[in-house]
Amino acid sequence: MEPCDLNALDLTLLLRKKEISAVEIVDSCLKRVADVDGRPGALESGDLTARDKEKVHAFITLTDKYARAQAAQIDRAINAGEDPGALAGVPFTVKDIFCVKDTPSTAASKILANFVAPYTATPVKRMQEAGAIMLGKVNLDEFTYGSSNESSAYQPSPRNPWKTDRVPGGSSGGSTASVAAGEAPLSLGTDTAGSIRQPAAFCGVVGVKPTYGRVSRYGLIAFASSLDCPGPVARSVKDAAAMLQVIAGADAHDATATPLPVPDYLEGIEDGVKGMRIGLSPDYFRITYPDPVTGELLSQALPTEIELAVHQAAEKLASLGAEIIEDVPMANTRFGIPAYFVISRVEAASNLHRYDGVKYGHRSNVSTSDLKAMYKHTRHEGFGLQPKLRILMGMYVSAAQYSEQYYRRALQVRTLIRRDFEAAFDPQGRHRLDALLTPTTPTTAFEMAAVYGDSVLMQYADQLTVPANHAGVPGLSLPGGLDDNGLPIGIQLLGADYTEKTLFRIGRAYEMATENEEWRKAKPQVLREAA
Amino acid sequence: MTEAITREVFDHLVNLAALQLSEEQAEYLRKQLNNQLKAINELAAILIDADVPISLHGVPFEAAASAKPREDVWQKYEDAAEILKQAPQIEDGYIVVPDIPHTELK
Repeated sequence: MEPCDLNALDLTLLLRKKEISAVEIVDSCLKRVADVDGRPGALESGDLTARDKEKVHAFITLTDKYARAQAAQIDRAINAGEDPGALAGVPFTVKDIFCVKDTPSTAASKILANFVAPYTATPVKRMQEAGAIMLGKVNLDEFTYGSSNESSAYQPSPRNPWKTDRVPGGSSGGSTASVAAGEAPLSLGTDTAGSIRQPAAFCGVVGVKPTYGRVSRYGLIAFASSLDCPGPVARSVKDAAAMLQVIAGADAHDATATPLPVPDYLEGIEDGVKGMRIGLSPDYFRITYPDPVTGELLSQALPTEIELAVHQAAEKLASLGAEIIEDVPMANTRFGIPAYFVISRVEAASNLHRYDGVKYGHRSNVSTSDLKAMYKHTRHEGFGLQPKLRILMGMYVSAAQYSEQYYRRALQVRTLIRRDFEAAFDPQGRHRLDALLTPTTPTTAFEMAAVYGDSVLMQYADQLTVPANHAGVPGLSLPGGLDDNGLPIGIQLLGADYTEKTLFRIGRAYEMATENEEWRKAKPQVLREAA
Repeated sequence: MTEAITREVFDHLVNLAALQLSEEQAEYLRKQLNNQLKAINELAAILIDADVPISLHGVPFEAAASAKPREDVWQKYEDAAEILKQAPQIEDGYIVVPDIPHTELK
């Protein structure tokens, strides 16, 4: 096994025992990038070659020189007997929606192609202060607007390491693809409707959407400010817990970052699930979606393999002493997407007004003596279709004559979704759950180009993840098996506010109970070919 | 079913949003907006009591879990030039833009 395939916590141990150096770790990751990633995403990309179609394309910007220099510094600190930090020597990638000082921070949009951030986002800064080494910025859907990464202005867009004709999911698809392909053991993503958990499920890695407010949003290029959550992507639950430990906590730069103390997530993580109450809800085993042609609402059961994976996980947890509570009503789950179509668009339209060609980013070269014409030329050239779509919908549903019908109603539905979770987790309630166990996604990774272009169907990929964003509660997606095509299936644990520690404990128990199963031995296509 | 977002409504939105679209983009986007609106209209079918409050965020911001507002004190930013450097056009520390159009209020 190459160092780049080891988990983050194993790497920190080897480093402290001086059995490996930080420079060796970084070199191993960079070699993997050279072997499997192919060309990075770029604005002028030309046609895809056959070779392109077999590569991962996770990166937009590789910060290899910086990574090697930081690794050398860590090695010097260790040799001098200094404490190099909790994640010293661990390489990580950063979704290119975070500002990192002196690096291009593009949001995968042409409108920020020339933007070099003058400051570093809090979660990235905390990783760096803990000794973790940023390898580069990874691709995403433009401004995070998508569930497949195909809307990035920087092509080739990332491909799924398990099968490169499939999407990695999105919008943190560059993050999850880089971790699944062994390019880095950790990545920093964001989750607004499922953007960490859905691609984590598609790429067979662990993804965490923390409680809203647990991790600072300072330096995150905003999409929907009341829903956006930065969070970890990792290959193991313990690594994800260790990463959240580092990035969580109050921040003077973000008033929504809670001052509540951050618990020790690794303490007791292997204490098991005995006596825990874990729920299953029928509302997470059916999906409702509009017919692509007629728009008629259709309802159907999930693919059997996905349903089976969740039930097997429940049985496994029951055999470890957890009590499984069936038929927990989460009646408003199906309204998560319609409400999200309204709330997220209103917030996105507001957040996107700042891109005007005045203060930073792209400005049109079309000569004009009229400021408003400059705005229009700039936004026309700089924004792709997805940002334009979100701006227009946000303006429509918040217009004075429609806002009661759409925006206010969506915010009431948000209350109903929140109440579902409050009732399920209420310690004095009927169900008294420690966690709800669900599938993460209604399907496994779909083929490239199969859904892209149909903005409604694409949004429904987040149907099982978006309720947690409306409610603000934490969610953990972890690998739960493979389907008949050898593609990863994700299972999801949802908990009450600030119960990430409980979710990690359940996730770790499941991981330990399944560590010898056959599907755990399978490797992504790009790694089989590299070997 | 008639389209809620007609070409006229759409063009008004495009202007308000300070966007400009090719004909092909306009047709695609208008179709997608109308499709999304069909999905959104599912909200209309939900029975919601009039007294259900709205939620602007999921997690309640109770006092113990909320950050206190910081003091309203002026702080000098050490490197304003670094920030200004990002502006497409600057002159003597000012950001330069084309003329702001004048509109007569009716």
